[in-house]
Amino acid sequence: MAEKTPQELIQIDLTPPPRKWMNPAVDFEARRGTWSYPTAVKNLEYLGMPNPREWSPADADWKLPGNWQQIIHDGFKDLLKKYRTLEVFMDICVRCGACADKCHFFIGSGDPKNMPVLRAELLRSIYRQDFTAAGKILGSLAGGRELTEEVLKEWYYYFFQCTECRRCSVYCPYGIDTAEITMMARELMNLVGLNINWILEPVANCQRTGNHLGIQPHTYKDNVEFLCEELEEDIGIKLDPPINRKGAEILFVIPSADYFADPGTYTFVGYLMLFKYLGLDYTLSSYASDGGNFGLFNSAENLKKLNWKIYHEAKRLGVKWILGGECGHMWRVMHQYMDTMNGPADFLEVPKSPITGTVFNNAASTKMTHICEFTADLIHHNKLKLDPSRNDNLRVTFHDSCNPSRAMGILDEPRYVLKNVCNNFFEMPENTIREHTFCCAGGAGLGNDENMEMRMRGGLPRGNAVAWARDHHDVNRLACICAIDRATLPPLCEYWAPGVDVSGVHELVGNALVMEGERKRMKNLRGEPLVQEGEEQDDV
Amino acid sequence: MGALISLIAVAGLAMLAAVGATAGDSLRFVLGVIIPGVAFAVFLGGIIFRVVHWARSPVPFRVPTTTGQAKSLPWIRNNEFEAPSGLLGVIGRMALEVFAFRSLFRNTRVEVMPEKEKVNYIADKALWAAAMAFHWAMFIIVLRHFRFFIEPVPAWVGALQSVDGFFQIGLPVYYGTTFLMVVGLAYLLFRRFFDAKVRYISLPTDYFALYLLLGIALTGILMRHVEKVDVVQVKAAIAGWASFQPVAPVGVGLWYFVHIAMVSALLVYFPFSKLLHAPGVFLSPTRNLANSNRTRRHINPWNPDIQGHSYAEWEDEFRDKLKASGYALEKE
Repeated sequence: MAEKTPQELIQIDLTPPPRKWMNPAVDFEARRGTWSYPTAVKNLEYLGMPNPREWSPADADWKLPGNWQQIIHDGFKDLLKKYRTLEVFMDICVRCGACADKCHFFIGSGDPKNMPVLRAELLRSIYRQDFTAAGKILGSLAGGRELTEEVLKEWYYYFFQCTECRRCSVYCPYGIDTAEITMMARELMNLVGLNINWILEPVANCQRTGNHLGIQPHTYKDNVEFLCEELEEDIGIKLDPPINRKGAEILFVIPSADYFADPGTYTFVGYLMLFKYLGLDYTLSSYASDGGNFGLFNSAENLKKLNWKIYHEAKRLGVKWILGGECGHMWRVMHQYMDTMNGPADFLEVPKSPITGTVFNNAASTKMTHICEFTADLIHHNKLKLDPSRNDNLRVTFHDSCNPSRAMGILDEPRYVLKNVCNNFFEMPENTIREHTFCCAGGAGLGNDENMEMRMRGGLPRGNAVAWARDHHDVNRLACICAIDRATLPPLCEYWAPGVDVSGVHELVGNALVMEGERKRMKNLRGEPLVQEGEEQDDV
Repeated sequence: MGALISLIAVAGLAMLAAVGATAGDSLRFVLGVIIPGVAFAVFLGGIIFRVVHWARSPVPFRVPTTTGQAKSLPWIRNNEFEAPSGLLGVIGRMALEVFAFRSLFRNTRVEVMPEKEKVNYIADKALWAAAMAFHWAMFIIVLRHFRFFIEPVPAWVGALQSVDGFFQIGLPVYYGTTFLMVVGLAYLLFRRFFDAKVRYISLPTDYFALYLLLGIALTGILMRHVEKVDVVQVKAAIAGWASFQPVAPVGVGLWYFVHIAMVSALLVYFPFSKLLHAPGVFLSPTRNLANSNRTRRHINPWNPDIQGHSYAEWEDEFRDKLKASGYALEKE
């Protein structure tokens, strides 16, 4: 936890200093708690990425390759040729400032370089100097800057202080997307060995074992079986999920955190209960054991490499279509990148619910459906016997995760599911939900402990909205459809909105689902006693 | 500092034009004919070059920002203008963006109140209103200028003039757009000076564009309402361009030259500056692509040939462990 108290941390002045921003200087030593550790040598070596070495951002010497300026310059040129987004976004910003106070990191830190416009200017100033006529002639008058080592250090600090949440791009009159700019900057920094371990260790793990956490297949099986045994003890239902089963109709892909740690595990059990209830013909995979993809936070190359296994495994197992669990950035990848990178998935069929017969035409090409779409369809067709009163100890609000809301437009499906599985649902203030939603401040690979102060700072807008819901509606549960959220929001809530716990949507589905042959439920999936048992018996 | 440098640059430009205008026929020919001609050519060529350049760079991924409910299940109401599922929705979304500055309309101002431990978001439409006022006014004013370019004056220009001068105030009538353009620009400039955040992010060039546009507006107003220009002479000068038999303008006064010089500067500046946002907005991939990612495959022209870690490699690496925990294997 951050050393500062919430009361200390919220003493924020959003007024920038009078001096100009162009002078780069980040004192890493003084700012411990707001940056992430660099990638360990073994991980860069395993992935065959440039410049593996022992170093710390707090060191004076970052051990850059001798010709690093040339490498960055050439890399920049290459990216400009590959991405229209980069070209256009470098050229058209008018610095109107509409984005300035939309970033959670700016709101929580007051650091002016966290204004999205300035984050982009860190890159744009170099672009102008190196690649535009005006910048070459007029230099700093036209907003150009020399690419110095100090500038590079500033990149490391601020481009690993952006969670690629895209909130700023909602407000930009030209749709300039800082996520895209941050991705480009991270690609450039890769070339000289500047990246963070919290991203590349999961990437290396995922490449080797199939999941970010490095869980090997035997442990995978043990974990899944352990979670199922626990449920069996509680409610007497044997789940027995198939793993790596050939010929199943559906491959179910989830983020690895779901079968690794609380509270994701409750969501995991929730999915499996639903499938058991439906008698679904599906399989898990201990090879494609992570839909999450930290390559998204590092480079297009690693992104493609890690994503490749999904279709590969679907083909090997001979499934008809793919169903995906609750995970934000995983779904950005599945929705916006997978088909382009690793498609066409012409060996699969358009997803069709075997229960309702609904054809998910919105996944006609990718052949992959979101679990919330799947479940919402089931509820709409009245296929689930639900007892929402089993969630009556909970007063629930919903956190729209960045990627599902701003890179997919999944807003109403999870709400529909929630309103059907619990009786007490309340929204947070409208400027903090749906497309306006605020990030957990731990996305895009920044959810590590050494960065905790920055996470709490960036978490202020979300935490404050949760506290509002708690104070106005007695909300005690924050539901979400993202595994990173399930890891990062609990400490955030403990800090800014104590008394609110975090869960996945399908944990609450699992609570409410009335399964045939189940023992009478005294507790919900996380072992909390259900309320008003006497009344409940009367109702039955 | 940047604001001052830009002010000096624009003032210097105006003064040069003013001095030139009084220095004889040949300079007047340069100022009134050659410079505007070259400027217009640079403007046109520069924009075409830039837009073609953008258009030729690939769009490897379809990355629209969704700002509303996507099309999914038939009974869930989707928002076509915020998360378009196809071309029609995209056209609607772009039209809202270009004609009504949709995204700017969402603008809020944040307020952190440490003593109450509260973060507030307050709707803030001032920037949107000023931007709309200025851009629309300028657009209509440019259209109104067609009365100088086309003889006889087309009916639509006349209609535009009478609507614009609806309130019939003053003689010659003051146009509504005159007021809107100046007020809009003044507010945009005001923000750059007095909003600490906007001041912090402003570059010298941001002031330069505003000064130039204000200068153009003000010299235009001067010619119409104060130091009234001889419209007949202006038309004669401009008719000369249009018929490719240009002559040095005579009897049009000082302000005409200053006005033309600033317009020329703006035209030349346009393709090399942030003013490119005008054509650029049409090419912004987060706005002009449909959120149809899972419906239709998007092709990346440089999609690299990369394979992941295959199942076979994975099985090889973990064979013993897989066997021990009873997995079915491809190869025993």
